[in-house]
Amino acid sequence: MTEPAAPPAADAVRAADPLRVVVLAGGLTFEREVSLSSGTQVAEELTRAGVDAELRDADAELLPGLAAAPADAVFIALHGATGEDGSLRAVLDLAGVPYVGSPAAACRLAWDKPAAKSVVRSAGGTTPDWVALPHSTFRELGAGAVLDLIVARLGLPLMVKPASGGSALGVQKVSRVEDLPAAMVSCFAYGDTVMVERFVEGTELAISVVDLGEGPQALPAVELAPASGVFDYTARYTPGLTEYHTPARIPDDVAQRAAEVAVTVHRELGLADLSRTDAIVDADGQVHFLEVNVSPGLTETSMFPMAVEAAGHDLGELIAALLTRRAQAAR
Amino acid sequence: MEARPYTRQVATLPPGVPPGTGANAHPHPHSPVVPRHPRLDPLADRYAARTHGMKTSEIRALFSVVSRPEVVSLAGGMPAVTALPLDAVGSMIGELVTGMGAQTLQYGSGQGDPRLRERICDVMALEGITDASPSEVVVTVGSQQGLDLVTRVFCDPGDVVLAEGPSYVGALGVFQASQARVRHVPMDDDGLIPEALEQALLECRAQGDRVKFLYTVPNYHNPAGVTLSEERRVAIMDIADRYDLLIVEDNPYGLLGFDREPMRALRARNAQRVVYLGSFSKTFSPGLRVGWVLAPLAVREKLVLATEAQVLCPPSLTQYAVARYLDTQPWREQIKIFTELYRERRDACLESLEAMMPAGTTWTHPDGGFYVWLKLPHGLDSKLMQPRAVNAHVAYVPGIGFYADGGGREYMRLSYCYPEPDQIREGVRRLARVIEAELDLHSTFDSVDTGTFRAVSAPIPWHEAENIVGPANGNRFEDGRA
Repeated sequence: MTEPAAPPAADAVRAADPLRVVVLAGGLTFEREVSLSSGTQVAEELTRAGVDAELRDADAELLPGLAAAPADAVFIALHGATGEDGSLRAVLDLAGVPYVGSPAAACRLAWDKPAAKSVVRSAGGTTPDWVALPHSTFRELGAGAVLDLIVARLGLPLMVKPASGGSALGVQKVSRVEDLPAAMVSCFAYGDTVMVERFVEGTELAISVVDLGEGPQALPAVELAPASGVFDYTARYTPGLTEYHTPARIPDDVAQRAAEVAVTVHRELGLADLSRTDAIVDADGQVHFLEVNVSPGLTETSMFPMAVEAAGHDLGELIAALLTRRAQAAR
Repeated sequence: MEARPYTRQVATLPPGVPPGTGANAHPHPHSPVVPRHPRLDPLADRYAARTHGMKTSEIRALFSVVSRPEVVSLAGGMPAVTALPLDAVGSMIGELVTGMGAQTLQYGSGQGDPRLRERICDVMALEGITDASPSEVVVTVGSQQGLDLVTRVFCDPGDVVLAEGPSYVGALGVFQASQARVRHVPMDDDGLIPEALEQALLECRAQGDRVKFLYTVPNYHNPAGVTLSEERRVAIMDIADRYDLLIVEDNPYGLLGFDREPMRALRARNAQRVVYLGSFSKTFSPGLRVGWVLAPLAVREKLVLATEAQVLCPPSLTQYAVARYLDTQPWREQIKIFTELYRERRDACLESLEAMMPAGTTWTHPDGGFYVWLKLPHGLDSKLMQPRAVNAHVAYVPGIGFYADGGGREYMRLSYCYPEPDQIREGVRRLARVIEAELDLHSTFDSVDTGTFRAVSAPIPWHEAENIVGPANGNRFEDGRA
């Protein structure tokens, strides 16, 4: 794109020469399908907003493709490993390609759920007690002895989760101690470290945060009420199985605290542009941080678009604005 | 905690939004928002009961990586269509349009093109069905539509369908959509077990269940890879007579044997008790979607009415394509080319399984068709193991998909029809490592006796988090972008 003389000229240039962006979706992870769905949605919304958006997979064609036809900026709609753990962003940094979203190091931190919880707790936030251990610890010290300690410390029910990853894949609620070994086995299939977390009963919230250059701002929280009681993969991606309420049906002061928590998480972890914090509000109105997503889902049934909509904004325009900022900053 | 408080005027956002992000920008970015239905689907309460089983599944999600070239897929059952003489088939189909467009691009008969139905009778003669008349044949959109028609014609909600355990997943979907109840009948290396069939019929009779038919894939079974032996064919037809049982014989793979002549079909033994489903998907092309049903005349009558309600008539162009292919191309030689290719891939699969699978793993030894049915070592669950396989870039179909009753967790289906032999060997190598890692995990957790755990009362309060494992706290803002 031509170097603009002044901001008004930039707009004039853009009217004639629309922003050219690449939306990355797919990848080689469990969340490929969700990512393709997010990416398609974003590309359509961007096109509607007048942006020249191309959908691409993160594969061996990507870097040569970006070199041959440079994009003004990249939007990462990849979920899971490469797209969220910072590695792809580190490569884009090497290639000098501007992208929307958090920098590589911050992504690594958010991707590691126990690490992110630790940062949030150090900053004074509330998060359910947890322990995260690799398979080798159970093998070496005896799984029975370690699980016994975990149950004694954290009580029941417990949430058993892969230490990284999203879309609720591999997440289980364990209410009976006899179900715990099997839950550990199935969770370890997703990765080598499992996080066991004290279960907090309450209202599940997803709080989206957006930063358009004036500091991170929380959008209205989305409340999720799965019919089955557990917000697992099926509840998440089958329309009709979960009720979503935006804004959440919580008192204003609780909504305000939830927004503060999400903004604090965004700042403390060094996130940029957009994030989505998942939290639970207990019976006392206390907001417990669960995890934060640097690449929130953007599908038809995802919470980030619901929050954008509830705030009265257009998803395509909002993402176009984030892309424009990154493209301009890179010039 | 320091944070910018949330306010309701988040409408401060669009200052960042550049004016006119483009010529086609949304005309009313701040038009009143129509609130979403809380369940995202305002029609959620209106769906028919038969759709209630239609849910998004994790298995499906994990499958989406299969399309990437890095993944060796032993999951899909795709025929090796590139082994066809594509140039010859291409010009043949082109001529059908340029020379016969008035017929091939027009509606046709609901029962299917008469010329094709004649040729279908020739194909069925290869498996001993010599008494079929073209008037008893109904052409369908793949045999899948044939099975759907047969099920619609025979099954009311709650009726029982007997089916092998395991059974073709696409058939289970049809039965579920018709709200029929599936009762599985066990099989072994010689196919469906006649004694078990008789037992199932007696139990259904005792419970007052209405058994509408037995659904069976007698040749190179999907997913089990086994073939019903000659003795058992005789025994099962005898049971059908004694118990007044209708049999739906689904035979897409019958001509794909590696070492022997096709076996005599069940339909060849009894024209009144057997409804036969055939397909050109494996002998020619699945993309053309041409299959058929051979049924007694009274049944055929209802099938034609049912198909007219569904699709009016099967596609004319693809019917002409199949008929022309059978008329003008060396199709029996082409089937030999296919089976030689599949035999080579079967060999690669069985040899590498033999060489690499950990002890306690067993599998079937197909002598035709597409599939090996593998049983995992005791305690392993192929569905729960699937994420590990995706990480290892190998895909299979978990056994649970082939049972209507939640069974099959310790099994998986491996397809050798599509990947090249080298890819198959690499896929089996990866799968062996996945199973070994899973065995290792089980050896850690299987012996845990939770009964010995100390009493769980109030959890011990825990204030400080010093128990973090993993890369925490380091280099948080190292590249300082943001």
